[in-house]
Amino acid sequence: MSTTTVAHHEEHHDRPAGIMRWLTTTNHKDIGTMYLTFSLIMFFVGGCMILGIRAELFKPGLQLMNPEFFNQLIGVHALIMIFAALMPAATGFANWMIPLQIGAPDMALPRLNNWGFWLLPPSAILLTLPFTLALFGIGDGALATGWTFYPPLSIQGGIGVDFAIFAVHLLGISSVMGSINIIVTLFNMRAPGMTLMKMPMFAWGWLITAFLLVATIPVLAGAVTMLLTDRHFGTHFFDAAGGGDPIMFQHLFWFFGHPEVYILLLPVWGFIPQILETFSRKPMYGYKAQVYSFWAIGGLSVVVWAHHFFTAGMPVPALLYFMYSTMAISLPLAVLFFCWIKTMWKGSMSFETPMLFAVGWIILFGIGGLTGLVLADVAADAQYHNSYFVVAHFHYTLFAGGIMGIMAGTYYWLPKMTGHMYSEKLGKLHFWLTAISFNLTFIPQFFLGLAGMPRRIPDYALQFAEFNMISSIAAFALGLSQLLFVYNIVTCTRGGKKATDQVWEGAKGLEWTLPSPPPYHSFTEQPVVK
Amino acid sequence: MQVLRKMGLGFAAMLASISACADYRWNFPEPATPMALDTLHVHNKFMIIIAIIFVSVLAVMIYSIFAHRKSKGCTPVVDKAPSTAVEIFWTLIPFAILLLIDFVIMGIPAYHSVLMMENTRDKATMVIKVTGSQWRWQYEYMDGDAKGIKFVSNLTTTSDQMHNLAKKDDHYLLEVDNHLVLPVGEKVRVLMTATDVLHNWWVPQFGSSRVAVPGFIRETWVQVIRPGVYRGQCKELCGKGHGYMPIVVDAVPMADYKKWVVAKKAELAKANAGADKEWTKEDLIKTGKGVYEKNCAVCHQVTGAGLPPAFPPLTGSKIANGPIFGADGKYMKDSHLDRVLNGIRVMPSWKAVLNDTEIAAVITYERNALGNSVGDVLQPSQVKAARQ
Repeated sequence: MSTTTVAHHEEHHDRPAGIMRWLTTTNHKDIGTMYLTFSLIMFFVGGCMILGIRAELFKPGLQLMNPEFFNQLIGVHALIMIFAALMPAATGFANWMIPLQIGAPDMALPRLNNWGFWLLPPSAILLTLPFTLALFGIGDGALATGWTFYPPLSIQGGIGVDFAIFAVHLLGISSVMGSINIIVTLFNMRAPGMTLMKMPMFAWGWLITAFLLVATIPVLAGAVTMLLTDRHFGTHFFDAAGGGDPIMFQHLFWFFGHPEVYILLLPVWGFIPQILETFSRKPMYGYKAQVYSFWAIGGLSVVVWAHHFFTAGMPVPALLYFMYSTMAISLPLAVLFFCWIKTMWKGSMSFETPMLFAVGWIILFGIGGLTGLVLADVAADAQYHNSYFVVAHFHYTLFAGGIMGIMAGTYYWLPKMTGHMYSEKLGKLHFWLTAISFNLTFIPQFFLGLAGMPRRIPDYALQFAEFNMISSIAAFALGLSQLLFVYNIVTCTRGGKKATDQVWEGAKGLEWTLPSPPPYHSFTEQPVVK
Repeated sequence: MQVLRKMGLGFAAMLASISACADYRWNFPEPATPMALDTLHVHNKFMIIIAIIFVSVLAVMIYSIFAHRKSKGCTPVVDKAPSTAVEIFWTLIPFAILLLIDFVIMGIPAYHSVLMMENTRDKATMVIKVTGSQWRWQYEYMDGDAKGIKFVSNLTTTSDQMHNLAKKDDHYLLEVDNHLVLPVGEKVRVLMTATDVLHNWWVPQFGSSRVAVPGFIRETWVQVIRPGVYRGQCKELCGKGHGYMPIVVDAVPMADYKKWVVAKKAELAKANAGADKEWTKEDLIKTGKGVYEKNCAVCHQVTGAGLPPAFPPLTGSKIANGPIFGADGKYMKDSHLDRVLNGIRVMPSWKAVLNDTEIAAVITYERNALGNSVGDVLQPSQVKAARQ
């Protein structure tokens, strides 16, 4: 892959200064930065909520909060982490890196891009406002149904449910707009010579994610709207007394909810191989196999949804179908794991922070994936379902597989974005603290689940006390370690050793041909890819 | 590879020995039904398989991490995609192994387990109905000698214990007033439904877990193989009391079960007989206090102060201080009695849960205590009439 020389000149922009610059910007890097900053802030908001939960669960008995407030925290924690921390982080990287990686000057639809971002802060406010309103005696707090909105509980709920429904609408609109923008950009703005099968892996991951979002978000929006009309306009979609079925909501919700897992993970599966090839100094193994696996996983992800509620009762053929189709996902996923490891095999590896995160990510995500395989089994699922085993499982996929992946990406691209190197020593410290405390938080939860502790309970029987205590202490360590992450990012933005254009010795790809930080308009002349 | 295989086997053996320990804290609790036994076997087998996969993949990667370092002077090799027939064959081998694991080694036992789990009717000798309500379970025996036995099972852990004001006992949060009693060795078909929101009846040692859906009947079965007391909890978030609706099952030998049926029937008959006699105000208030604290205090609080806005106070409440019957002496909509019998929004219907005496007593109590002093009395016979 070679490129023409890029002419970079500092142009004089007549862009507004101060807050107006950020409100009105249509620049992909500005918007990307806003997405990433928003995501980081919400990561801490969601994190504080769960630390409240872990503090309450530190020992048996009710210490800090009543059960109503407990239920509100768990649901809003999940919604914030999924929709306001993980998804915006992936979108932030997409905004920053996709134009750089495919040799484009900007995203295809810049104004849509701006709107897509500015829908996020209002929806974050909608999600959290009911907490504040309750302090003033208005309503009874936020959504208390868990993030899944299951009726009839959500039909019983207070105004928090309505706030959350509208927040989900806004977040959904934002995601669909972001996805359309990415699809249009990838189909129309690739550098001459870059065929689809030469696209960087990150772009591929996002392309599949974008299609999944466009396909499934409307279903979620429809489902929560039906919930809204059940709540306020006398419909009975989910009420048996009027001919509806509460379980139908679960089908609709998880038709979105299961692909959502891959929506969160595919962008990460995109850039992790890029990190591995950079630090193994060796081109990634099995590019085509990985792309086809992405397609396979994307396709399978929309036909396995009912494994989230095997215990809700369904006919035997349906149980068997959803079990076997879920197990089938392990095949393309195994191809990906094989390619990742083969990329490292007989390379010339060095272990800077991004590589540490990437390797740790493979191991921990592996645990998440393998426990997912056993969860597919209907019989054993009767025990795992809604127990702490599931909680541990999906934190291995979404915290380790999602957020630690995002951290790998952050350290990988931070020098490119800011033009400065971060402190390698502190970066490594951050990795080890995160990895260790993460495992200490969630390994005990596997055992809690096996021993029979249900999830979403504010208080528990005495035999669960020790593991909960370990988990709570480790959770606080995990939370505190993330302050180091912020410190690293802030100091790197403020200054530090100048980063070179290529930044990493083994880095390949168009984004590394631009200066660090790249000019305001990325490629003013299109590079040619051979 | 030889080394890796040995390592895998060693690890598997270690796991197997852990799961065989008498102390099941690291695994499922000791199974008490054929289904739970099956689930445990399936679980152990799968855990060993995934542990072997994990350890062998990890071993390859860890070896590579230490061997193929730049600091050790490693230079990257150039990968070639498999091209010859032999190479492609070897690439497909792992695929075949995974297919085998997924759909044969894991898939076939899973298939049999599913069929067993869903076979609720064959050889079932009795049927019980489990109804989930916010936040208690109600049990009803549907056939045989026990037909007609019906009772509610409430948490007995006290508020003081929850708030760390009293010592927590051994079965903290896992004890109820009325245990479900089942005969050992009989296959019991369990019908499940709910009155308000979704609940999930789960006793870990039974290996069965099924969501109770309002308006629908779901089913599962249990066949307890050993006498004992088995405890479980609701497993589907059902509101603020989700953590406070445990399940306690006494599995007893058939002879004991028969004795229990006779005793329970007599007890229920006695309670129902109370409906026809005239009660004094003091007796009603005394009985009503117990009923109130068991059933109503979780939302309306022991003092009657409620938890506004979701759960209104009863002290000074318009409904609790208004007339029970209309001016014509007939049943009135939105009266105190109507509210208790039929519920509204979050307030559940108590028609099926409490008997006539209990309803009469609790209403009389609410009107003459908790800071209210209406002074009137509701007789069980009036409740009985109102039901029709």
